[in-house]
Amino acid sequence: MELHLALAQISNSLGNLRPNLEKHLRFIRQARKAGADLVLFPELSLTGYVLQDLVPAVACRPTESDPIFGELLAASKNIDVVVGFVEEDQRNRFYISAAYLSQRQVRHVHRKVYLPTYGLFDEGRFFAWGDHLRAFDTRFGRAGLLICEDFWHASPPYLLWLDGADLLLFMSASPGRGLGTGATLESAWWVEQVNQSYASLFTSFVAHTNKVGFEDGLNFWGGSTVFDPNGRCLARAPYHEETLKLVTLDLNQLHRTRARLPLLRDERTALVQRELQRILAQPGRTNNVR
Amino acid sequence: MTELPQIDAELVRNILVSFIRQEITRAGLTRAVVGLSGGLDSAVSCMLSAEALGPQNVLALMMPHRNSSPDSLDDARRVVEQTGVRHDTVEITAMVEPLFERFPDADARRRGNAMARERMIVLYDQSAAFGGLVVGTGNKTEILLGYTTLYGDSACAINPVGDLYKTQVRELARALSVPEAIQKKPPSADLWKGQTDEGELGYTYAEVDRLLFLLVDERYSPEECVAAGFAAKFVRSVTERVRRNQFKRVLPPIAKLSNRTVGYDFLYLRDWGT
Repeated sequence: MELHLALAQISNSLGNLRPNLEKHLRFIRQARKAGADLVLFPELSLTGYVLQDLVPAVACRPTESDPIFGELLAASKNIDVVVGFVEEDQRNRFYISAAYLSQRQVRHVHRKVYLPTYGLFDEGRFFAWGDHLRAFDTRFGRAGLLICEDFWHASPPYLLWLDGADLLLFMSASPGRGLGTGATLESAWWVEQVNQSYASLFTSFVAHTNKVGFEDGLNFWGGSTVFDPNGRCLARAPYHEETLKLVTLDLNQLHRTRARLPLLRDERTALVQRELQRILAQPGRTNNVR
Repeated sequence: MTELPQIDAELVRNILVSFIRQEITRAGLTRAVVGLSGGLDSAVSCMLSAEALGPQNVLALMMPHRNSSPDSLDDARRVVEQTGVRHDTVEITAMVEPLFERFPDADARRRGNAMARERMIVLYDQSAAFGGLVVGTGNKTEILLGYTTLYGDSACAINPVGDLYKTQVRELARALSVPEAIQKKPPSADLWKGQTDEGELGYTYAEVDRLLFLLVDERYSPEECVAAGFAAKFVRSVTERVRRNQFKRVLPPIAKLSNRTVGYDFLYLRDWGT
């Protein structure tokens, strides 16, 4: 079985939902026309990234009755769509979220579980922490969604893998930084390393869409990629340019790779659980109980 | 890594050219104004702007004072010729002399600051006339050391070179083929005769850039910098200089009274809504 995937590596207008929605609809149409089954947008694709006090003004609820999601759901009739947005819950907490839309339905919503609040990042000041990691079923098999800092930690992709995800869908708004690594920015180099490693370690597909453009002095580097279960790069979008990158995933590669390399079969989850329980039971051993 | 990283000039150039183009066009404009001193930093800013917007959309202003070195003006003209940008020469002598006559005992520093601020007035006036944004020329070394005139040469709408140390600006200049004469001469603010940056600062850019890189980028403590081979006195004087000049890098503090105050909890990027 093949999956025709489109990586919508877009820039966006900061805090302007309507023009951003229109760009989404344009890219969805273009992806559909090119034969794509699924289109993956970047983190906070509907709003822009450094929102600060704009957060409450751009928040949505991923439902049919929401004016933005109403149109996105209509556009998901013939192509699955993953978008990034600010979600407001029933009790008015705001999350960095990603929604998987398919056949006019919201199949899954992921709320970012790791909010970087250090260096140039200040997400914890403005957003609530997501508390769930769940794989979910799609037309193309079981998938998992993660947002940027979520996959700078090893545990979320690991848990999604154990929960059955063979297709890891990552989205970022990653600011480019670090001049010490030649022609590739350090942040780009790092993200590509870990994406390739997850594909190899979990013998799974890892697709990543990153935003482009500028917000004040921050450049977002794009460079979206897809790695296959062998850790091979199937597609690489250019750095810093708005692009719709199309790539075909041969999903039978999962069968071939795992026949050769049964890492999933041999993963000792009960051992992990025992040791994790022991480690967490030791007072003072970990400083974070969140 | 403890050495200042060599930049990949093509990568940096691409990012900075896109930065200028996108940040000016999203403000609804297409044009830029650059003060061209004849030095390295402004040559680089001018060439990046010309590449980003097209030379016809860049106005380079040369603003000599009668005490400025004639070489500076010649060098600035080389950049204009090489890039084909629009240009004008606006003598500031007649604009600042009345102030110096009124305060004849003003020392070289006061006079230098007044000249830098007069150039800012001309730049901003011409930016309104030309319909462009002022593109800045201050590098990371001078911003950190505060080796700049507040509301003078530091004033700008966007700054493409402010995250590059002077040594790195020099590398970029080489890749951009900035005129040789400009690449070779010693850096100078040219505010009085014989002034050079390195003479005035008391150390070379090569030395201080390596130290600042450790202190700022690599988060070394001053003690670790000494252990890495820098003289203790040099480390002390630079760290103190960086601290003392923080006021030049922030907006003036507003006394907080209300529940929501500009600068503290009214937080929006400049690109808000664009």
